[in-house]
Amino acid sequence: MTGRELKRKLIRHPGLVRLAVVAALFLLWEVSARWWIDPTFLSPPSKVIAGLGELFETRGIPAALRITFWELTVAFAISVVLGLAIGLAVGLSRFSNLSMMPIILLLYGIPQSTILPLFILYFGIGPASKIAFGVSHGVFPIVVTIVAGVQNIKPILMTAAHSMGASRWQIFRWVIFPHMIPTFFAGMRLGMSGVLLGVLLAELYVSSAGIGYFTQLFTQAFDPTKLLGLISVLAAMAIVLNEIVRRAEVHFGRWRTD
Amino acid sequence: MSAKQDRRDKIASRLVQIGFLVAVMGLWYFGTAYWGINRILLPNPVNVWHELKDVLSTGEFLPDLKVTLMEIAFAFAISCSTGVTLGYLISRSHFLIKVFEPLLAGFYSVPLILFLPLYVLFFGLGPGSKIALGATISFFPIVLNTIAGFGYVEKIFITAARSMGASDVQMFRHVLLPAAFPVILTGLRMGFTVALLSILGSETLASLAGLGHKIVHLAEAMETPRMFAYIAFAVAIAIFLNTTVSALERRAKRR
Repeated sequence: MTGRELKRKLIRHPGLVRLAVVAALFLLWEVSARWWIDPTFLSPPSKVIAGLGELFETRGIPAALRITFWELTVAFAISVVLGLAIGLAVGLSRFSNLSMMPIILLLYGIPQSTILPLFILYFGIGPASKIAFGVSHGVFPIVVTIVAGVQNIKPILMTAAHSMGASRWQIFRWVIFPHMIPTFFAGMRLGMSGVLLGVLLAELYVSSAGIGYFTQLFTQAFDPTKLLGLISVLAAMAIVLNEIVRRAEVHFGRWRTD
Repeated sequence: MSAKQDRRDKIASRLVQIGFLVAVMGLWYFGTAYWGINRILLPNPVNVWHELKDVLSTGEFLPDLKVTLMEIAFAFAISCSTGVTLGYLISRSHFLIKVFEPLLAGFYSVPLILFLPLYVLFFGLGPGSKIALGATISFFPIVLNTIAGFGYVEKIFITAARSMGASDVQMFRHVLLPAAFPVILTGLRMGFTVALLSILGSETLASLAGLGHKIVHLAEAMETPRMFAYIAFAVAIAIFLNTTVSALERRAKRR
């Protein structure tokens, strides 16, 4: 294969180059961690992966990860139910939209990390505070997206259904509901990134138990192998959860062609 | 719908909003003053107000505010310069866009707050780790919007300018930049907002100074009225900075 052919082939497959870039980054990480950087601060990816087994055998880590996963799912479920209910209540009536939406946007605009200590004060250091904090991050994007989605239904569809004598329930079932499905999943995706941020923030904040305890322990012990392992496992958890809702969004958003 | 009813709806909705806020404040006041809600869990609003006045008049917030603002400024400067530069370089070729855009977007969807323990290990508990985290998180919206701005300029403009003999500099100055500028500004605004949020957040997690640190410190000392005062102050600062940046964005876009 000549150089030009190779170049042409690469241009047709950006995915391959992307993989190569990722591999190069890992290689850079490996090389720099092995030879240039003090091993008390950074360990190479090969060592991190090899250390995963030992990490899972550390007492308390599997439980902490399980609890975090459970908190994420519960917080997400609550956010979706709450966000859907509030979003529909606010979005479906013109008046409640006019009056409540500014309040919701005001609350959404508050940097929630400043009130994290309050959540711990009220809900303790157990799962309840992390779930509550996750919900506080997840519910607002869902509400805002649902409201926007309900409002984006073309008025002509509503008028047509009205003039053909559809009841309120029929309009909801056959006009609003199918139009909501793509927005609903878009909201779920945004809600999921909010929930991930909220729960992980609260987990890292509480340093006496759970993930936060271990990250602090590994940081203070200058044990980058375990710290990176734990962070990678959490990141993988986040990626999987994100990917599930993103796939769902793509799948259920397909029917709409406009 | 008539204009008159429209106006009536608007007034009524304002009333609902005011009523809501009054009800919240009223419940807060009566709940703490008369109905025996624990003062440590929820301080009386009047107390909080006095504490806030005290904080503002003594100026004791200044050192922490300075630290937080300095961290935001450094983080934003780093993410702006690297994000815009890299975004421009990537946007120069469709191939590079195809390679890097999904990669960067994928990274951005990971909750990057997870990097904080790592950065604390690298840069310590001081401002360094906060600046690094804020810069990392705000880098992504800036670079993605810069790519979107420069990379998707309508082809016909470029062809027209080229066929009229525009030099590279002229092309950049009169075609690419005006087309990309609004999109980049949006990216910068988003970057600023997430930098602000992540720096306040990381200060509450692990720090030695700053507004977030102060709030946590007061929470641990159970000085809740003063903590509420600081929360109100931090929220006001955040909202002020965000609205200022949005206003700047709108103003720059209008020109």
